[in-house]
Amino acid sequence: MALIEIDTLSVTFDAGDRRVRAVQEVSLNVDAKASFGLVGESGSGKSTILRAICGLAPITGGQVRIGGEVVKSPRSKAFSAQVQMVFQDPYASLHPRHTIDRTLSEPLAIHGIGDTDARVMAALSDVGLPTSFRFRYPHQLSGGQRQRVAIARALMLKPQILLLDEPTSALDASVQAEVLNLLARLRDERGLTFLMVSHDLAVIDHMCDRVLVMQHGRAVEELSREALAGARMQTDYARSLFAASADRMLEG
Amino acid sequence: MTLLRVRNLRVTFDTETGPVEAVRGVSFDLGRERLGIVGESGSGKTMTGRSMLRLIRPPGRIEADEMRFDGIDILAASETQMRALRGPRMAMVMQDPKYSLNPVMRVGAQLMEGLRQRDRVGRVEAHAKAVAALNAVQIRDPERVMEAYPHELSGGMGQRVMIAMMLIPNPDLLIADEPTSALDVTVQAEVLSILDALVRDRGMGLIFISHDLRLVARFCDRVLVMYKGRVVEEVAARDLLKARHPYTQGLLNCLPRIGGNRGPLPGLDRDAEWAR
Repeated sequence: MALIEIDTLSVTFDAGDRRVRAVQEVSLNVDAKASFGLVGESGSGKSTILRAICGLAPITGGQVRIGGEVVKSPRSKAFSAQVQMVFQDPYASLHPRHTIDRTLSEPLAIHGIGDTDARVMAALSDVGLPTSFRFRYPHQLSGGQRQRVAIARALMLKPQILLLDEPTSALDASVQAEVLNLLARLRDERGLTFLMVSHDLAVIDHMCDRVLVMQHGRAVEELSREALAGARMQTDYARSLFAASADRMLEG
Repeated sequence: MTLLRVRNLRVTFDTETGPVEAVRGVSFDLGRERLGIVGESGSGKTMTGRSMLRLIRPPGRIEADEMRFDGIDILAASETQMRALRGPRMAMVMQDPKYSLNPVMRVGAQLMEGLRQRDRVGRVEAHAKAVAALNAVQIRDPERVMEAYPHELSGGMGQRVMIAMMLIPNPDLLIADEPTSALDVTVQAEVLSILDALVRDRGMGLIFISHDLRLVARFCDRVLVMYKGRVVEEVAARDLLKARHPYTQGLLNCLPRIGGNRGPLPGLDRDAEWAR
């Protein structure tokens, strides 16, 4: 049984007199310890799927099951201990007036987990930040350092599943490499399952085993990593996406 | 013909702990071509771009041996002269639509503001021109976007709105600061082809600031690679992937590749020697 099962998920927003169908009947399964990628243009609904899983967008049709159980609304504490999300913009996702220490210890306080001191220190060193950063504010850190803090925060409750929404697209190439290496290392050490959104096919290819191509809120085509690298896609849209990424190939 | 000539540009910020030099002696010429500036954050590429429009606020200051745009001495120009240049002659597309568009003003009003105030164009005509500009940047539903507030647009749409806004006055020089970083690859390709057509058809000069080396290699004619406020290498874009400088090579190597081996990506080794 897959760890994450998404079954004909639909997300519809009512915006005044208009209905916006952000996600329409998308299904996908992610096995435990696997990494699954979502690609597509902006507005294709890939981030909305992640947001629907953790309750930030309404599920208006279909089901999301984690470990075989349908998610409850509002999401339970047990859910947050199992599933956590890392957002795209590390400038917007950290509270500007909370120190790193407060950001990292808040999930522990909510879940009544003690030993805060040691856990915060361990979390910082796990993501490769010096422990002297503990009482700094987000504005005192660079973009890459902030994204490390965001990853550390997501890992405070030792979740099995990380939902990664464009975790490196706000970062420079060299910093992106560091963050991707960090994510790959943590995944191997902790046996994490990733569901990752990116518009960079090279990043998805580097991190994921399977990928779902989306367009206008619908699933277009699901590909294995081998099919992606070998350009064996069936649909025109997936092919055009691949062609636009031709400069991200191994050669050239 | 040289549109822009820059010699020994320096941008210095006076701070409590002494002067910080963001740009240290950058020189280049720009014709009617596409010049790329690449480097990491903090390398001074944005400051170089902003200096061209004299958009550096105190405590920052701009110094140069020479800085001329179309024969006009930018350093000696009065603030009134600069105002006349900014927009109609030289324009800049900023990096982040979230912070560069007015959050409490509809997109349409922002697009028409320049036309109405500067060019004294009538409301109907301004509206038509704004819609045409949105069409030119491949926005599917321009009438809806005209009525929208910036927060109702996705990052990619916001970016295209800003490009449309800068192109309405038809400038001779466009400085684009990471104009496609927030966009996905298909939209990115569209935006680049729009910019490309403008350089070719209107004979516009373009300074394209980016941290994406592959993109710059594909899109620009010439590339400056910046590191800590200095140009460490200047190459023809088609030769960028064969660049000699270890910093340029390092930037290229740390990118993941489709079909790569998925091993850890190499980090970037930095040598203090490069910054001298």
